[in-house]
Amino acid sequence: MGKLILKDQVAGQTAVSRRAFLQGTGLLLGFALTGASTESVFAAPASQVIENEVTGTFAPNGFIRINPTGAVTLIIPMIEMGQGVYTSLSMLLAEELEVELDQIQVQHAPPNHALYANSIIGIQNTGGSASVRAFWTPLRQAGAVGRNLLIAAAAKLWSVDPATCRARDGVVFHASGSKHLSYGELAEAAAKLPVPPAANVKLKDPKDFTLIGTRAKRVDSPIKVDGRALYGIDTRLPGMMVAAVAISPVLGGKVKTVDEKAALAVKGVRQMVNIDEAVAVVADHMGAAKKGLETAAITWDDGPNGKVSNADIVKQLEEESKKPGAVARNVGDAGKALAQAAQRLEAVYQVPFLAHAAMEPMNCTVHLQKDRCDIWVGTQAPTITQSQVAELTALPKDAIKIHNHLIGGGFGRRLEPDGTILAVKIAKHVDGPVKVIWSREEDIQHDMYRPYYLDRLSAGLDVAGKPVAWTHRIAGSSVMARYYPPYFKDGLDPDAVEAAAEPPYALPNIHVDFVRVEPPGVRTSWWRGVGPTHNVFVVESFIDELAHAAKQDPVAFRKGLLDHNPRALAVLSLAAEKAGWELPLPERHGRGISVQFAYGSYTSQVAEVEVAADGSVKVKRIVCAIDCGMYVNPDTIEAQVQGGTLFGLTAALHGSITFKDGRVEQSNFDTYLPMRIDEVPVVETHLITNAEAPGGVGEAPTAIVSAAVTNAIFAATGKRVRSLPIDTSSLKS
Amino acid sequence: MAFTLKINGTPHEVDVDGDIALLWVLRDVLGMTGTKFGCGQALCGACTVHLDGQPVRSCQTPVDSVGNSAITTIEAIGRTPQGAALQKAWLELEVVQCGYCQSGQIMSAAALLKETPKPTDDDIDAAMSGNVCRCGTYHRIRAAIKHAAGV
Repeated sequence: MGKLILKDQVAGQTAVSRRAFLQGTGLLLGFALTGASTESVFAAPASQVIENEVTGTFAPNGFIRINPTGAVTLIIPMIEMGQGVYTSLSMLLAEELEVELDQIQVQHAPPNHALYANSIIGIQNTGGSASVRAFWTPLRQAGAVGRNLLIAAAAKLWSVDPATCRARDGVVFHASGSKHLSYGELAEAAAKLPVPPAANVKLKDPKDFTLIGTRAKRVDSPIKVDGRALYGIDTRLPGMMVAAVAISPVLGGKVKTVDEKAALAVKGVRQMVNIDEAVAVVADHMGAAKKGLETAAITWDDGPNGKVSNADIVKQLEEESKKPGAVARNVGDAGKALAQAAQRLEAVYQVPFLAHAAMEPMNCTVHLQKDRCDIWVGTQAPTITQSQVAELTALPKDAIKIHNHLIGGGFGRRLEPDGTILAVKIAKHVDGPVKVIWSREEDIQHDMYRPYYLDRLSAGLDVAGKPVAWTHRIAGSSVMARYYPPYFKDGLDPDAVEAAAEPPYALPNIHVDFVRVEPPGVRTSWWRGVGPTHNVFVVESFIDELAHAAKQDPVAFRKGLLDHNPRALAVLSLAAEKAGWELPLPERHGRGISVQFAYGSYTSQVAEVEVAADGSVKVKRIVCAIDCGMYVNPDTIEAQVQGGTLFGLTAALHGSITFKDGRVEQSNFDTYLPMRIDEVPVVETHLITNAEAPGGVGEAPTAIVSAAVTNAIFAATGKRVRSLPIDTSSLKS
Repeated sequence: MAFTLKINGTPHEVDVDGDIALLWVLRDVLGMTGTKFGCGQALCGACTVHLDGQPVRSCQTPVDSVGNSAITTIEAIGRTPQGAALQKAWLELEVVQCGYCQSGQIMSAAALLKETPKPTDDDIDAAMSGNVCRCGTYHRIRAAIKHAAGV
């Protein structure tokens, strides 16, 4: 089943930490969204990241550990949640370190901003389709530094010129053919050599890559097909108890009454914890904890948000979006051009709140002691989590031990530490380790949702049908303002306008602004695809409206606006060609196209749909062309295109979280519908190969798919879908 | 109440209320964490195990309903020819992403292949539509089932 072992991630091995954690530096303040130096991962002291490090371990930087037994460990800065980073980041290191992929063991990095921050995001977060982009260079540099030092150590032992030695598959060979030493045998000697600056090291020419660019097998698959893989929810510790939790159904509400006696009477229940915002029943096992919680008959005082409703939230957005917002882009004079246009269009688009609904429900295991707090959780944001737990417990940061885990689906949900914070609040009342598990209902009803956005657009066409004016106002919650306050400047949220401020098209007079409207009683956050997921739907739909108004084919119309943008034009042309854009279709069938530049990648999709007489929509085929520059693993890209497309399509067809009386109306997979296997369209991936800088992939197909589908619905029915999820009742023939 | 459960060929004594779901007995009482909790309402299939070869949702299976039935979990499905073929196919076709639902997917697929060794697409839809994957690995799940079945 494969040789590779993910340390601490496999059932049967101890899950208790053998890591020590350096005090994290810098948190939220003082980082940059782009342009952070990659050199910092080499500048900070790399020693002592692992507790009980074997003597003689070669540790030239934060990423590599080679001990005298020959074990090669990648201290991996990003978390695996299905997107394939354990494999892709291991491939980057292995390429230059000259080890085979299955020689590498992966171990989660502790929270350490200096060593492990993602240079694109500016913090040690996994997200933004930024893992390969950020570590493309640092991990190859790390590998090359390591390889050179191991070669130097061998050359010194043999008293030969290092230039006469080469490394392959974890062994250094001398050109004579008579001498070779394994990396394990060289570790101790290499550890004594001075480490050269990473920036000075010569990296392979991409044409010489032997691993990068190949369909290497995922390193985490073998433990995921036989139940061995350990996620946070699988944590088991001596003396650990399990807690079921009920959180106030209304944000800001408090427990009014609770029948503790009844809960404690349930066999296996040990304790009830009431922290006002939530009640936890602590038991020997989750079955007893759940039963105790049901028996507790909790009633709630709803507090100030007890009347929150979707209707009121939308009404507020409609009103606020009439006022000018913070300007994201202003080129030319859109107002004047609009007034002079031969033809004018206006539209309002809306997208709903969305839950993440990852398969692994929210959970966190905490052991709070006098002088330390151990946390077992799968988190996309270890430094933020550590910092917030330190604040909550009044312990120093280095006393907060984050034991990170594989995540059973993140999609942005685990960028938020709220599940850990709640678990620590409960753990304050529990003697010994406690695992807090949310029910699926709690998970869906206490998510931090993709914001509801309402967009107002207008555009003008000249007599030839060319766009001469474009205005786009986006109104909704700002996740950035709460999560990364330094990047919310003068009322502008750069995420909320991403892919709207700079559409790929030639639009000579353009004005894009943002109105921040925070809905009461609703927590919003990052959702796979972030800003572009909403904006690409809106922009690509409205461009389609313009094409129709100009009486032009949607592909031809877009091509006419992409002369200046060859990579966008290339993906558009490829998707259209592979989809057979020109081929005829039966009645009430249609094709739709969308184009996107986001996360550093160019993507285009063509959707083919059939709309039945009753309005039901069958998506038959999605053809995706993607140019993500230089890439690590094409099979992972195909998997992300398949899965990412389905994630976005699920939302377009079914996804909506609504509020009534302050409560979320959906609760489980019967009311917040996932896509199932019988609903899945064909998804084809066409990958462009070039030498451009690597782009992100995980979120691109999610963001682009809804517009392709709704544009196809327009082609099939003549009906324009301007709000999601798709209302099939409006599509009846 | 004390129960003796036959799990993967080995008897296990547990002392829990009879209405406790088999899922929690497996995971929390016996420490067999390969079977996953996803929804608690038999809506997602993550907790699928076999009772006498039949797929059941362990989150909705009270422990007192199990009786003498033989329980098979993901930890032992590889000992069956269908399970072994599916695990191999899962690896060859790189089905897995986050992996959390895959225990349940493989358990449902193994039951399908035992009943229907050469499934059609419709057979696969019928047998697998109770298993949710939020990563969207469905294309590869379908392909891997066919690969394992040699169709």
